[in-house]
Amino acid sequence: MSGRNERGSPYAPHTDAETEAMLSAVGVGGVDDLFDIPESVAFDGEFGIESRGEREAERHVGSLLARNDDHTEFLGRGHYAHYVPSLVDHISQRSEFLTSYTQYQPEITQGFLQALFEYQSMLVELTGLEIVNASMYDHATALAEAALLAARVRAVDGDRVLVPEYLLDRRRDVLENYTDGAGLSVETYGTDDANVDPDALADAIDDEVAMVYAESPTTRGTVEEHLDAVGDLADDHGALFCLGSDPVALSVLQEPASVGADVVVGDAAALGLPTAYGMGLGLFACREDFVRQVPGRLVGASEDDAERRAYTLTLQTREQHIRRERATSNICTNQAWVALRTAIHAAYLGPGGLVDLANDCVGLAADLADRLDSITGVRAPVHDRHHFREFVAHTDQPARAVAEDLEAEGFAVHAVGEHEVQVCITDANEHAADEFVAAFEEVA
Amino acid sequence: MKYDQARWTHDADGDRDSTDDQYEPLLSEKNTEEVAVDSALPEDLTRDSIELPDLSEPELARHYTRLSQMNYGVDSGPYPLGSCTMKYNPKFTEDVAALPSAAVHPDRSDRSVQGTLALMAGLQDYLARIGGMDAVSLQPPAGAAGEFTGILVAKAFHEANGEGETRDEIIVPDSAHGTNFASAALAGYEVVELPSGEDGRVDLEALEAAASDRTALFMLTNPNTLGLFERDIEEVADIVHDAGGLLYYDGANLNALLGQARPGDMGFDIMHYNVHKTFATPHGGGGPGAGPVGVVSDLAEFLPAPRVREVEASDGEKGYERFDPENSVGKVHGFEGNWLVLVKTYAYIARLGDEGLRDASAKAVLNANYLASQIGYDIPFGPFHHEFVASAGDQDAADVAKRMLDYGVHPPTTKWPEIVPEALMTEPTEIESKETLDQLADAFDAVADEDDETLEAAPNRTTARRIDQTSAARNLRLSWQALDAED
Repeated sequence: MSGRNERGSPYAPHTDAETEAMLSAVGVGGVDDLFDIPESVAFDGEFGIESRGEREAERHVGSLLARNDDHTEFLGRGHYAHYVPSLVDHISQRSEFLTSYTQYQPEITQGFLQALFEYQSMLVELTGLEIVNASMYDHATALAEAALLAARVRAVDGDRVLVPEYLLDRRRDVLENYTDGAGLSVETYGTDDANVDPDALADAIDDEVAMVYAESPTTRGTVEEHLDAVGDLADDHGALFCLGSDPVALSVLQEPASVGADVVVGDAAALGLPTAYGMGLGLFACREDFVRQVPGRLVGASEDDAERRAYTLTLQTREQHIRRERATSNICTNQAWVALRTAIHAAYLGPGGLVDLANDCVGLAADLADRLDSITGVRAPVHDRHHFREFVAHTDQPARAVAEDLEAEGFAVHAVGEHEVQVCITDANEHAADEFVAAFEEVA
Repeated sequence: MKYDQARWTHDADGDRDSTDDQYEPLLSEKNTEEVAVDSALPEDLTRDSIELPDLSEPELARHYTRLSQMNYGVDSGPYPLGSCTMKYNPKFTEDVAALPSAAVHPDRSDRSVQGTLALMAGLQDYLARIGGMDAVSLQPPAGAAGEFTGILVAKAFHEANGEGETRDEIIVPDSAHGTNFASAALAGYEVVELPSGEDGRVDLEALEAAASDRTALFMLTNPNTLGLFERDIEEVADIVHDAGGLLYYDGANLNALLGQARPGDMGFDIMHYNVHKTFATPHGGGGPGAGPVGVVSDLAEFLPAPRVREVEASDGEKGYERFDPENSVGKVHGFEGNWLVLVKTYAYIARLGDEGLRDASAKAVLNANYLASQIGYDIPFGPFHHEFVASAGDQDAADVAKRMLDYGVHPPTTKWPEIVPEALMTEPTEIESKETLDQLADAFDAVADEDDETLEAAPNRTTARRIDQTSAARNLRLSWQALDAED
């Protein structure tokens, strides 16, 4: 190690002389005298963690991660990779953004506040709903917060939350964990060929239902065709309609507000983040009349003393640091920096670029399904629906074996049933489509 | 300190106070384009059009660069925001988090992402050692999510003992972080607020009175938000455990204790780590953070699924796999949490090691005590660990904070905890030099001598002048669409 602090934190700037001067100003003989810890609980052992120079630490982490296989991923199922423009990395890494805290002093953090205001605005355009918060953790936690919102705002009592059969187990798990304390029960309604079955939903819904949830695109990659019916059924029973989606899909799909969605949740990190082992950005949008019950932070426009436009966090009386146990949510640290990245990525694409990207998600999936379908022993897509980014394919071979054989060829897909694999294609992996089809042909 | 923050409104004569211009205009004001949506999908499944800004890459680069210049981070200057532990974020951790090998999909097979799992297993191990805990889950995506997860674990433990219904209270000190209260309520518990004792610490008699067979958990940070070490922590643990409850450690203030004391050794059963505080991962303007949870061995079976463990392959090679703890509470995040933050955390700990971590706490505590000794405001209680709470006395703490911005420093946390009147909660962390601390003390003292009129007129040297919070809340404008509707 090198630097002024030879045996300690490389980021503590103290010279020995400064340390001495400070100790004497405080009036103690040594740093140990400042710790007011009873001997019986003092720690005098070692963690056994080696101290390393920066180069060694970097090499150490790099060599750990180098153990990952360099496979081409055709994976989706709730977590999507799009090519992230270099501008997103370079701008979001500017340290004034990266090393700042929550904007509790708005006069000195206008830059981040404006970026978050712009993020909110772009999602208002994409969802058609008036309120977008400044982020939740991910799709699953945003869905859970939506259910809690529904329980709070609904006029009549009702503790049932209806979710479709295709909901991912891990999302349901988070939903149940979050809503258990509020006494909500999560129940499933039937689906038909990977879309909502309106009749099954009509059977399941009653006036005890606080929220009905549906997704488009669905977990199996289909575009939902019955959103209007879901909206009407929810409306008839006074339940909130919550739609799960993402900003790329929303660029071309029906505007959620137009089909009666009261809340939109999803993972906005489909724009802005690489795969990042599941790290996300919870999108949360809702109708204007719920604004005082919204979880999380909101950035609003205001004026400063010179009557110029300025931005600030607002309605903080809903939040945990003010309202404590009566807050609308316990969220504090959120995903602000990811929201910044999403905003930059969306602005980089612009309206035309976003629509093109979304249309590619439709076209690429349809093309790839066609190509796999022409392989003997493969049928794709399994569902006779429109698809977005991904689709399920039937294989005569056991799906697990197909997935493992593909992995040996350097490709990752999901095995989702005994004879079903799921395949996702976007601008991030389309360059490898030919090799993928060739490998699939070999193993199927 | 001399200071001027960027404000993109100077006119040709250099007049910063011109009211003609706005700040950096919104993207929407530069060039908004409406495009028709033409798609292979049926018309009834698609939208008609979409309207968003349409700018070139160079225009966007300038827009966001200007926004960044109108923002203040740790790299801009001192940031002694109490309880937030705003320390310098080393840059090399960004490089390792940006490695292509770090970007993998969460549904990859375990055998194809051995590097990711090795790092996770390594971080679980580092954190367990640092906290004196037996098992760690990395899944919670923030400190408050860690609290909520810890409470779910405690609930599962009590349920397994047949006490799930009867233990329906969580005790929280009045000085605790607001998230403690909110997390307890989210999990469905009654919150029992514990008043602080006269010395600012836990009042053992009050705790004795509050603890009962209804107590599921007592949530405590140590040192507490006043910067005071809870010296009676062993008695506290005994009272809670004797009542059949569990003791929860809020890790927000762990930076004061690294290598000096460990929550596990003090009798805590569950804890979370705010890695964006203690382990210098950037706060990113409010997130992402990560809030790993550590527990003692009796509670490991309830941790969120999956966790990561080391396994030995048939050929004797060491490897790693994900596994679901036996009685897991399930999941608290859709996948495995904020992975990129975890990479940076691991890299930071691997850089500092034993010596660096111990020294970080030593210098953080030295800095807090030195700064406290140099400023004129009244500072009740003591001695301090990593932070202290000064009282602005007759001045309004919020105005003091605004005026401090003019001196080029981010101000302390204000008006909290409420047990100190006009509180200025100050945490300089280990990264400030004596010279900077002296400048900080000068800023405090200069403001202390100023009249209310000066304070109320502040700030003057920041991008925005004082912002009207009341009108922001009364006349809600939360998008550029709302601004347009008003025009």
